[in-house]
Amino acid sequence: MAQIVPLAAAVADLIHDGDTVALEGFTHLIPYAAGHEIIRQRRTDLTLVRMTPDVIFDQLIGMGCARKLVFSWGGNPGVGSLHRFRDAVETGWPRPLELEEHSHAGMANRYVAGASGLPFAVLRGYVGTDLAAQTPTIKPITCPFTGEVLTAVPALRPDVTVIHAQRADRAGNVQMWGIVGVQKEAVLAARRSLVTVEEVVDTLEPRPGAVVLPTWAVTAVAVAPGGTHPSYADGYSVRDNDFYVAWDAISRDRETFLAWMRANVLEVGRD
Amino acid sequence: MMSVAAARALRDGAVCFVGIGLPSTAANLARHTHAPNLVLIYESGTLGSKPGVLPLSIGDGVLAETADAVVSVPEVFNYWLQPGRIDVGFLGAAQIDRFANINTTVIGDYRRPKVRLPGAGGAPEIAASCREVMVVVRQNPRTFVARVDFITSLGFGSGPGDRERLGLTGAGPRTVITDLGILQPDPQTCELTLTHIHPGIDLDTVRANTGWDLAVSPDLAVTAPPTPEELAVLRRLEATKGGRR
Repeated sequence: MAQIVPLAAAVADLIHDGDTVALEGFTHLIPYAAGHEIIRQRRTDLTLVRMTPDVIFDQLIGMGCARKLVFSWGGNPGVGSLHRFRDAVETGWPRPLELEEHSHAGMANRYVAGASGLPFAVLRGYVGTDLAAQTPTIKPITCPFTGEVLTAVPALRPDVTVIHAQRADRAGNVQMWGIVGVQKEAVLAARRSLVTVEEVVDTLEPRPGAVVLPTWAVTAVAVAPGGTHPSYADGYSVRDNDFYVAWDAISRDRETFLAWMRANVLEVGRD
Repeated sequence: MMSVAAARALRDGAVCFVGIGLPSTAANLARHTHAPNLVLIYESGTLGSKPGVLPLSIGDGVLAETADAVVSVPEVFNYWLQPGRIDVGFLGAAQIDRFANINTTVIGDYRRPKVRLPGAGGAPEIAASCREVMVVVRQNPRTFVARVDFITSLGFGSGPGDRERLGLTGAGPRTVITDLGILQPDPQTCELTLTHIHPGIDLDTVRANTGWDLAVSPDLAVTAPPTPEELAVLRRLEATKGGRR
């Protein structure tokens, strides 16, 4: 049964230095408030996992929380580079960042394998690319029925997966809708999970296309209204595209970045 | 001109896997002009999106609100892309080479990159599994290189027969649209060959902005200039980018 707890307590309890932590949300429902709490609690040596490391991972990487990144696309969508990610990879600031790099199809299938309790997933992927030579977790596998050579990728099994959803009920059942990405698979693949929500309601009214995670499949729920800004929660907020554009200038320079993080994350209370 | 040329290359009714940026602009321009039945699929899992404004990201709310269906990310890659249900994959590039291999990973050495780019995203499997691939990219000597620093998405590898040897079902890049012209792979050599030049651009300029000895089609044509309607729709769409209405 999921416990409904304050965000700071949930992060303190569930996320430890050195953990493998997935934060998912495909453009929509990105768990910014939880990411900021991880930064405020100064977690370090994390292996961060995310298909699309965007601004929240730029912030975590720039603040030195990450030792390693497992990912498939690291950019500011529609804007350009993630400058803190680039600085870490290109110059090792504030610390070197080990990369384990995949494609979206590979990452999605790795979560599916994790959620399914399988050691690996099979796909038609990476063929003819240079990725397999750089990433040891991409291997060829022969189909035992047809002899066809396909690609195998190992299951992702994060210590913790963190996601944001629209709402939960008082028992801790979680409901989300809109672009639901890979969050269900990421939660089911993880040993522990934390879901931040816009609100807790008495009853989860059915919504078309909604995904429900039953309370017994989730470790903790924390209420964090607006906790996905500058991403968005369909039905509650819209994506703050202006902020994503503004992040380019904020993050380009180390000092400007650090000043912004102090003023907007470190020196404020819970989001 | 680049967006207009790319939009024209999309036939009405095609199912199109759309990346963000220029591909998204071109696909939406096509949908608002000659191809109202174009089916747009974004990798965030929105099938059949019909945005009235240009999204900034592949996951803007407008893409889900206007979609026929919203599916999970594993589903969009496994059920929709992988089996070859998509007609056209629409990609950008940081580097592209004479055999239309695409790099969006690093400039320089992978372990010590000069520039770390975003990486693969959905592109390797889009390039492999769509029936054909269209690339939209600005043409200059930094982008058009003889050999890409890293193959993120396979074009024709090192030449004829490579895709077949690797068992790829899709035909690969059929059209590369730039701000200077249009290139298509030669049917025999698979080498990108200039087939169209945009109005007002001379051949020397195209050659000077290509990092290899560019092959030019004997039937080189001049792209028809944008029509007033195309320009009007494009300007209207550009003004809405990121949801501004």
